[in-house]
Amino acid sequence: MNNKTAGLAAARSRGPSKRTGPSGPGIALSLGVDVGGTNTDAVVLDADNAIVAATKQPTSEDVTSGIRSAVRTVLGAIGERRSDVSHVMLGTTHATNAIVRRRDLGRVAVIRLGAPASTGYPPLTSWPADLRETVVAGSALLPGGRMVDGTPISPLDHNGVLRFLKGLDREVDAVAVCGIFSPSFPDQENEVEGLVRSVLGDSIPVSLSHDIGAVGLLERENATVLNAALYGVAREVTSSLLDVVAEEGLGAASVYFAQNDGTLMAIEFAERYPVLTIGSGPANSIRGAALLSDVENAIVIDVGGTTSDLGVVSKGFPRESSMPREIGGVRTNFRMPDVLSIGVGGGTRIDPVSGSLGPASVGHRLTSDALAFGGQVATLTDAAIVAGQVDGELGQRRLSAEPRVADALRFGLDRAHQWVAESVERLSNGKLDTPIVVVGGGAFLVPDDLPGAGAVLRPEHGDVANAVGAAMSLVGGRSQEISTYDDREEAVARASRAAIDRAIEAGADPLQVEVYDILETPVSYSAQQTVRISAKAAGPLSTLATRPCHKSLDQSTLSIP
Amino acid sequence: MTRMITQSDVAALAAGAAVFGTGGGGAVSTAQMGTETALLEHGPVRLRTVDELGPEDTVIAMSGVGAPTVGIEMLTSAEQPRTLLEEAQRVSRRMITAVMPTEIGGSNGVGPIGWAAQLGLDVVDADGMGRAFPEATMVAMNVAGVPRNLTVLSDVVGNVTVMRTIDATWLERHVRAFSVASGSLCLGASLIHGNDVAGAVIGGSVSRAVDVGHVLLGATHPVEELSAALGASVLISGKIVDVSRRTVDGFVRGSVTVAGVGLERDRLVRVELQNENLIVLEDGKVRVSVPDLITLVDSETGHAISTELLRFGMRVSIIAWPCDPLWRTSRGLEIAGPHAFGYDIPYRPYAGSGCPTKKRAAVSGGV
Repeated sequence: MNNKTAGLAAARSRGPSKRTGPSGPGIALSLGVDVGGTNTDAVVLDADNAIVAATKQPTSEDVTSGIRSAVRTVLGAIGERRSDVSHVMLGTTHATNAIVRRRDLGRVAVIRLGAPASTGYPPLTSWPADLRETVVAGSALLPGGRMVDGTPISPLDHNGVLRFLKGLDREVDAVAVCGIFSPSFPDQENEVEGLVRSVLGDSIPVSLSHDIGAVGLLERENATVLNAALYGVAREVTSSLLDVVAEEGLGAASVYFAQNDGTLMAIEFAERYPVLTIGSGPANSIRGAALLSDVENAIVIDVGGTTSDLGVVSKGFPRESSMPREIGGVRTNFRMPDVLSIGVGGGTRIDPVSGSLGPASVGHRLTSDALAFGGQVATLTDAAIVAGQVDGELGQRRLSAEPRVADALRFGLDRAHQWVAESVERLSNGKLDTPIVVVGGGAFLVPDDLPGAGAVLRPEHGDVANAVGAAMSLVGGRSQEISTYDDREEAVARASRAAIDRAIEAGADPLQVEVYDILETPVSYSAQQTVRISAKAAGPLSTLATRPCHKSLDQSTLSIP
Repeated sequence: MTRMITQSDVAALAAGAAVFGTGGGGAVSTAQMGTETALLEHGPVRLRTVDELGPEDTVIAMSGVGAPTVGIEMLTSAEQPRTLLEEAQRVSRRMITAVMPTEIGGSNGVGPIGWAAQLGLDVVDADGMGRAFPEATMVAMNVAGVPRNLTVLSDVVGNVTVMRTIDATWLERHVRAFSVASGSLCLGASLIHGNDVAGAVIGGSVSRAVDVGHVLLGATHPVEELSAALGASVLISGKIVDVSRRTVDGFVRGSVTVAGVGLERDRLVRVELQNENLIVLEDGKVRVSVPDLITLVDSETGHAISTELLRFGMRVSIIAWPCDPLWRTSRGLEIAGPHAFGYDIPYRPYAGSGCPTKKRAAVSGGV
């Protein structure tokens, strides 16, 4: 697709027939934006989730101006219908960038509840020194917390909390609170929030760990502190997005942010949980590719210039990784899509003698360095052209390779196909007929006859799948409980209720939100038989729960589903 | 030559301990972090060989006891190791001179090194298992019949219990009860007199875990080099085609099947697992069984994969190597042979590849 704009106002493209996106009266058009490392994509979808307009723009240094430009372009392409845009969804990298570059982060006072437990592992010990220095305004490990069965480790020390807060000698922008086993027993964290407000005022943002992550103290604490450090960034992003929306005359539209599990959250929620926006890009891309192909279960392959990223969509949601993730050098345990990256991209180099692959890639210099473009470097794109597997203008290019180099190209391409096939098999969990959805500029590197795989689908507009994913997401919530084996049914009910409440709080329609996944994991080595229960819920966007951007309420936001 | 464990050895120790964990023993990452912090603060610890212990020595064998899921949330108190040490000294009226990990496999192989640094004590280059086992009865001291009638336990809150039990079975029962009352996590310690250590522990296991870890972290061909360092054989390198887990009364039992690739595509090898990998079967025959060691490693990185992380499609290699001769005695097999885990099969010693290579990787120098 042309890099400037691709208004498709007339093109009623093939979209999913089944409606899985936002629904209800008053929703006419949805505008989805996804900010990636290289490109910022935007799409406008109609009520049947067909693409009305799409664009791909380079991501700007400040991110926001790139978003503005992408939004303007698609709105320009739909002309009069811009007034029908009722929902705006944004997936953005602001939070990741702020952490990685250590910029615009707030100063956080960190309170852990649980002493004397965990005193061998003080807060933030494993953080990179420069990030710790940027973020931490002070930390305390105070009495409190609970054991796995709910028994208090030690009584919450109100005076200790107050003393710590009053004794802070550095400016504090936000407070992070993390109690041992708070995902099962959140009461003390809530109590401390009240104490914080009594000292630092009602406007101080407080991050509570039970809202952020699951069992795993240090990783959850880290994510909670990062969340607290991101409030300023979140305020900046939400207000500038609201500005863009207002400038473009979409004042009545509701605004949502994409989360890393492929669901959306309302803008008020995003202001409180900015850390949950990290990793939304791959989640949107996986979900969007599946939705464009009208499949609920699939393996998605996004073939770029340097790597192919493979993910799994299961019942419409990205499958999550069980591995801890590092963000800016900090270990966290919150949900991320399970993405397998392999060194197969359009620009991946092929050794002209041995035929071995990469790992180096010519990247964006493909159009100058590759053999097919008169350059000197043999790439996978060249191999695919020689093999006659590339359509369109690129496939018409001629390149002359000596027989020896041609052999190497063939060998390299075979190896790439084999690598893709192995990776697909690895992600398939043994299900032989799982459909494969291929998107991205190097999609021709995935053959149609992958052994052991189902049909290979190549959806139209696959190159803006991430923005489509943002625009078509449901609103999600989740919760975790630890319970004895005998009480597990009650615990499942509790966890389900909490997940549903979270989804509603995040902006889901209370009448349509459902639990879509329950996972029970036995806790072994425990003399008492214990299970960990995770519940996930999601539902379509509520037309009532979110605030309009302008004070003048539009009919569409008042209609009752 | 006296050998030290420094902060830069901890990552290797953790990688090695995970390999000796034979699929269990708990995740090493939190223990690794705690131990690195302790060594940074208190300096390196000195390793003493079993031969270097004499009648004036008393060894405290230490480990965490409880549920790994709890172990990543309710972390130990900095006071716990000292509480254990002081209580043990008080009731035994002996001066404790060295720390020994009860279990080298998994997180318990890593934590005690940091505790020793905190306490200013040496570490005995040995452990009670040479691997990971699920129960307190499954220790070399029990096999050798060394009196272990004194056990001290401490929890995160500061409660301390001293147990004088009549045998290891009662010990296991009481430790579990204390662990539950402590929120499914406590530290436990027992004392061994310096004269009793030889023959009642698995010698050299700490330095072996560090060495194997260094080999692994520095390897160009990780699976081959790791196996050579262990004296292990690679039973198969292939991909996981089936993982079945069933929950029996809230506990996990399962198996994983690995299919060969390339010329070996017709082979199917199954591993029976509980908390650890216990038995390897091929064509209906037992190839290796507990107490010999069985670890599934990532075919590319060589890193051990714990049982709960095994997934369909993973490229893995199954490596196996012989246990310490102590476990092959009739008493050893009674305690930790196939029957002890509910399998009605005879134990056949597994030979591995013969001798482990004696090549030493770049480890911390002597002092």
